[in-house]
Amino acid sequence: MLLTFLAVTVIAIIRARHLFAVVMLTGVFSLLSAALLVQLDAVDVAFTEAAVGAGISTVLMLGTLTLTARRERVPDRIPVAPVLIVTITGAALVYGTLDMPNFGDPTAPAHHHIVPEYIEGSEKDIDVPNIVTSILASYRGFDTLGEVAVVFTAGVGVLLLLSGGGMAGSRRGGEMDESIAKTPQADSVEPPGKGGATKGKEDGA
Amino acid sequence: MKHHLVLRVVTKVLIPPILLFALYVQFHGDFGPGGGFQAGVIFAAAFILYALVFGLETARRVVPQGTLRALVAGGLLLYATVGVVSMLLGDNFLNYSVLRPDATAGQHLGILVIELGVGITVAAVMIAIFFSFAGRPPTIKDEDW
Repeated sequence: MLLTFLAVTVIAIIRARHLFAVVMLTGVFSLLSAALLVQLDAVDVAFTEAAVGAGISTVLMLGTLTLTARRERVPDRIPVAPVLIVTITGAALVYGTLDMPNFGDPTAPAHHHIVPEYIEGSEKDIDVPNIVTSILASYRGFDTLGEVAVVFTAGVGVLLLLSGGGMAGSRRGGEMDESIAKTPQADSVEPPGKGGATKGKEDGA
Repeated sequence: MKHHLVLRVVTKVLIPPILLFALYVQFHGDFGPGGGFQAGVIFAAAFILYALVFGLETARRVVPQGTLRALVAGGLLLYATVGVVSMLLGDNFLNYSVLRPDATAGQHLGILVIELGVGITVAAVMIAIFFSFAGRPPTIKDEDW
């Protein structure tokens, strides 16, 4: 059922030409994905998807939209080569999923190796009820440190690129204070997000 | 936004619960879903909502640029410091068991502190990115929407 909704949203996104509608629909898509992840018992990932995908990235896309055009240009001909490449890659990926174990299969490799140790250890050694947290923060603490470094680097990159370098950004910001408040999107939007953080939770769950 | 009275009042009512919920997600991450990443994003959401309704300049006065930059680096530094401290106490980098005499308590402390570091960096980066996006002059006129 949720997958049907997802498919409908995707078709709507492809067909829509008004970019404001497209951004809103991607927000809807993220929210539906979050619901799907709750169904799959991956609450932590769902949480991230809802906060980052549906929230922050929608706001950031709207912010970008104020800097670019509001309508998509309709291409005069169908781009053959990209369509071909996308189709082949998609087919290869679908073919790859055929070899994957079924959902919830106890013999799947993901449930063996070190995972039983983690599940037992997070109760005995770490004593944290949420295994996702114990793996993310303790067993894979080094990975998470790297992920935070990625978020940090992304932030530094955006600051360097968009604020015109160093202190110039803070001075220029003053002249443009009302820019965001003027746009009508402000009425409809609530929360915010960024892609890097989504990745962080995936290994954990 | 000065004429949107309802919007401003509703925002004022909403922001404290959002911040409180972010803190709950942050410090309750050990027991339920959540953690630094989600909490940081929710925390930033409150500030972005504030900036959307009350204007970027007001929001910049709440979180000055310098503070924001310090927080972006500070969270990551806090995380790495925990690793260095555990190393100085004679164990591996980021092994929290040595932080307290009791290994389990050490793990709890370590997880709490590094999640706080994650939360601080994520929240500050989100707010910084939003400020830099919103701080640029729009090229679309209001009527075009």
